[in-house]
Amino acid sequence: MADQKKLAIIATKGTLDFAYPPLILATTAAALDYEVTIFWTFYGLQVLKKERNLKISPLGNPGMPMPIPMPVLIQALPGMESMATVMMKQKMASKGVASIEELYDMAVESDVHMIACQMTVDLFDFKHSELLDGIEYAGAARFFEVAQEADISLFI
Amino acid sequence: MADTTLDAKGLNCPLPILRAKKALKSMEAGQTLAIEATDPGSAKDFESFCNQTGNELVSSSEENNIYHFEIRKT
Repeated sequence: MADQKKLAIIATKGTLDFAYPPLILATTAAALDYEVTIFWTFYGLQVLKKERNLKISPLGNPGMPMPIPMPVLIQALPGMESMATVMMKQKMASKGVASIEELYDMAVESDVHMIACQMTVDLFDFKHSELLDGIEYAGAARFFEVAQEADISLFI
Repeated sequence: MADTTLDAKGLNCPLPILRAKKALKSMEAGQTLAIEATDPGSAKDFESFCNQTGNELVSSSEENNIYHFEIRKT
C-alpha cells in the first residue's frame, strides 16, 4: 500500500511495566493498518531476549499503587522486586491484560519490524544468539531512515 | 444474525481490537462481525478502530456491563 501510514517507536526501557507501551501501541497501530517499526535500545533490549526476565520495582516509583503502605527502606529489601513482579503479573492476568510474550508474538505476527541498536548490544555484551530471531541490527542512522518516512514517531 | 461472532469478554486493551482485526481478516467484504466485550474502553476504541480502518460500525450498545458491537467489513 503506497499510502499506508507508518509508525516509528524508540523503546528504551527494560522493566515489565515499560515493556507494555511500545508493544501495545505497535500491535494496535498494526491493527489499524500502520506499517510499524520499533527501534529497541539500551534497556529496551531486555524485551528482545530469548530468556526474558522482566521485572518491576516499586523502588523510586512513588506512583506505584501498593496493597499496603510500604516504607522505601522495606521496598529495598531482598526479594521485594520478585514479589512485586509476581503480584503485578497476577494482577494483570486477573484483569485480562495480555502478557509481554503474547503481545510480542502478536506484534511479530502482524509484521511489526524489530530493530535492535547494535551499539547497545555491544555495550551490554549481548550476543545475537541471545536475542530473538527476525531482528535487524542497526544504528541511529537506520532509525532516521525509518522515522523520516513515519507519520508518527514516539520515544518511550 | 452476524456472519461471525467474537467473544472478547474478560480481555483488556488492546486485545479486543487485535482479536477483532484478526477475525475481520478472514472475512469477506460485506460480512458482519458481532463482538461482545467487557472492557469499558472498548466502546470508544471500536468507534476509533472503524473510523480509521474504514470498516462500518453498524451498532454499539451496552447492557449489564457487556458491550455489544457489530462491524461490517468494507
